[in-house]
Amino acid sequence: MAAPAVDLRVGRRARRMPPSLLAGAAMLLAWVAASLLAPWIAPHPPLASDFLALLQPPGPGHPFGTDQIGRDVLSRVLHGGRSVLAVAPAATALGLALGTTIGLAAAYFGGWTDEIAMRLLDAVMALPIVIVAMLALTFLGASTLNVILVIGIVFAPLVARTMRAAALVEVRKDYVRAAELRGEGIAYVMFREVLPNVAGPLAVEATLRLGYAVFTAATLGFLGLGAQPPAPDWGLMVAENQALLTTAPWTVLFPALAIAWVVVGIALVSDGLRVGQGP
Amino acid sequence: MSTPVLELDGVTVSYPRPDGFRGAAVRDVSLAVAPGQALGLAGESGCGKSTLAFAALRHLPRGGRLEAGSVRFLGSDLYALSRSELRGLWGRRMAVVYQNPGGALNPTIPVGEQIAEVYRYHLGLDRAAARDAAIGMLERVRMANPGRVADLYPHELSGGMQQRAVIAMALATDPELLVLDEPTTALDTTVQAEILDLFAALRREFRAALLLVGHNLGVLRRVCDTLAVMYAGEIVEQGPTAALLARPRHPYASALLGCVPDAGRGAREGRLASIPGLPPSPGTAGPGCSFVRRCPIARPAFCGAEHPPLYPQGPGRAARCHFAEETPEPGTGAAVAAGGSAPVPAPGAEAPVLHVSGLSFARGPVEILRDIDLRVAAGETLGLVGESGSGKSTLALLVAGLLAPSGGEIRLDGAALAGRSRRRSTLQRRAVQMVFQSPDTALNPRRRVGRILERPARVLAGLGRAAAREKARALLEDVALPEGLIDSFPVQLSGGQRQRIAIARAFVGEPRLVLLDEPTSALDVSVQAAVLNLLRDLQRRSGAAYLFISHDLAVVRYMADRIAVLYQGELVEEGPAERVFAPPHHPYTEALIAAVPRLDGTSAAAGADEGGDAADGEGQARAAGCVFRRRCAAAGPRCAEPPPWRDLGGGHRIRCWVRPGAGDAAGRAS
Repeated sequence: MAAPAVDLRVGRRARRMPPSLLAGAAMLLAWVAASLLAPWIAPHPPLASDFLALLQPPGPGHPFGTDQIGRDVLSRVLHGGRSVLAVAPAATALGLALGTTIGLAAAYFGGWTDEIAMRLLDAVMALPIVIVAMLALTFLGASTLNVILVIGIVFAPLVARTMRAAALVEVRKDYVRAAELRGEGIAYVMFREVLPNVAGPLAVEATLRLGYAVFTAATLGFLGLGAQPPAPDWGLMVAENQALLTTAPWTVLFPALAIAWVVVGIALVSDGLRVGQGP
Repeated sequence: MSTPVLELDGVTVSYPRPDGFRGAAVRDVSLAVAPGQALGLAGESGCGKSTLAFAALRHLPRGGRLEAGSVRFLGSDLYALSRSELRGLWGRRMAVVYQNPGGALNPTIPVGEQIAEVYRYHLGLDRAAARDAAIGMLERVRMANPGRVADLYPHELSGGMQQRAVIAMALATDPELLVLDEPTTALDTTVQAEILDLFAALRREFRAALLLVGHNLGVLRRVCDTLAVMYAGEIVEQGPTAALLARPRHPYASALLGCVPDAGRGAREGRLASIPGLPPSPGTAGPGCSFVRRCPIARPAFCGAEHPPLYPQGPGRAARCHFAEETPEPGTGAAVAAGGSAPVPAPGAEAPVLHVSGLSFARGPVEILRDIDLRVAAGETLGLVGESGSGKSTLALLVAGLLAPSGGEIRLDGAALAGRSRRRSTLQRRAVQMVFQSPDTALNPRRRVGRILERPARVLAGLGRAAAREKARALLEDVALPEGLIDSFPVQLSGGQRQRIAIARAFVGEPRLVLLDEPTSALDVSVQAAVLNLLRDLQRRSGAAYLFISHDLAVVRYMADRIAVLYQGELVEEGPAERVFAPPHHPYTEALIAAVPRLDGTSAAAGADEGGDAADGEGQARAAGCVFRRRCAAAGPRCAEPPPWRDLGGGHRIRCWVRPGAGDAAGRAS
């Protein structure tokens, strides 16, 4: 008797990336390219005023219009992407480095170390991020470096929680016991044995935090705690022009859309990564 | 026989494979179960036995599809029914008991209410009547004190009691068909014996036909009238259980039986048989016999081309083999002869490698281990047996230095070891290594095999990069794995291969003592046999001492020179393996031995165990006197005092007041 005559073959299916990942990546690439190339592709210098064209609505000469001292909004939005490109990834990297270390250590040591670390983090997280950042920047002074430090530090507890939860499963596994049994140091066990196995949650967390970092940087700019006038900063641009919202909405709309563009792009990538990890 | 409850005809089930094609997990299976009959589906993991069972319920997991054939339940085509008709059958006329009872019960609802729910939903009883019926059902599954148990939440019950509750729920509607998927695999041996007794009794009281899926042939032997052995998705042999196990006709069934360690035999009396090679993965079987590449009697040219049908083999029996009459008897296959059976040299009376004295460990107020004394000599295997929760794994972790003891001393070659591994010297660390239970978690999934072996070679043995690579290759050869695996990730290996890697890792630094914590309990029997043989070979070559931990007495009997029995954190018996297995025993050892399901069907009931479920005493304060008193059938008034060790001669000692009693010849109180 032959094997049952059933054709069990269906077409070979290519491994597909989630569409949200592709869309988000495309949006972010466009932003990064536009920011890097801003000096060459922007039609005007970001700080140059054209006093003959104050508050021009979007038109052929100024696709995004001009602001109240005649600066080209398109050029300012393009250049404004550069400061976000510097601040958000650096702040996120700092937050991830601090948070991952705390989270892995809390999971690995457990017991009292874990209790104390987590309660301290709870206390930090109980304070609204923007208030903490405002206080810190008021004392330290507003500068790009300080914005990076402050955002990085306030993000660390959030990252730490996620990484601790992911690492708790891993530190109980026997490969960690095997590493201890051959006398590996604490740092080796945490970063060389456990960390690669929580890389998935770490990647999702990284994109999630990056989105929030963009948003927080813009908020601080809006509050006057980041870049100072006349720098082309998205948050600052929204703040400067908010009084004109009814008469010249383009001065606020385009920097706000730029923020939204980047945040949505990052969120799509984050979502795509999570789907890609799957159960 | 009347009309079958369940009739499968040419059933073929497929699953999607990662490469996009569909692979057949079950191929052309036909079988029938009559009312009151118990059919066992035997086979190793991946052979399709669970898939077949769920196809018979039309409850295939996601992606599973019936490609061909039909399933008839009480005469009607199951796959032609509507969803609502199916719901009327599920839980009411066909019920399932799963492997893990904890997962089958809702943790937020008392068990009595969960059973009552079945009566309310399926039989329309009102609340009070359903509760009474639920308590009645708990009583029928021999639950002690059913009225009280009905109000308990699942986490308040032991594993055995949980499984009784699940069985009660399954039987509540008096179903025609009961499917049992590895129902005792997650349970301790003594609890398993109680549950098997329960099945035997329930078969007389209920009308259900049983379909029992299992990998443990001894368990199937205890419950089933007929047996179907599956391999690579096909039934390769079927027939009455006793006759099939006594003289299998298919080479795979025979080889599988040869792999099973028997509680009556140790490694000195010869090696276990093992089956070389791996089964074909689903959907990749060639045109001929699926067992051809591993078969000792195959004619490759013929068997590889001609697919064998199920040839009749006498009354009620059939085997899917062209040369069934040549099938070797279990344990006499080529694999045994090739392995050689040079006896392991008996360890001398030299100074012990490991000397544990007065060791205890407590977590808060809970004493997990109390006053443990053990010695293991070079080249010797000490088997440590006990039920889950007895503290046997804790003992291994203490010796390894992964936990710090609360009292007592651990000496290695006469030198005291620090409590924590980090405080020991590199030489001491390389001298004590461990093989863990689950090879899936013991290897870092992000590391290649080469790296997994090279790192300890560099850290423990102090080798340079090139020498470590060389060592890794040599170790792969030692554990009989191809060198090509050196760049694989653990996920690309089979369970048996992973455990070999874990064993190789333990042997990197030429250890004096290897702690083996249930090293084969996550493996199939044919793989287990090969791994046990490997461990024996490595020991013979290296002279390492083994502390071998297992709940499986047959495996311990095969591996161990001496055996120590642990009950709730205390040693109750210790001695040479053959003496521990022969009376007089400690009453607890007696219960353990009696509970092992034997292939020859001689298994007794859960002997001395009269105190109900094994885990009953768990969590309660430790009483003064003998730890086993509450479960002991022979306990007398003296057992309220801590029992003394009694020396029975030949290194055999028992901690008991009543054994050996007046009837037993040897020994006096020491």
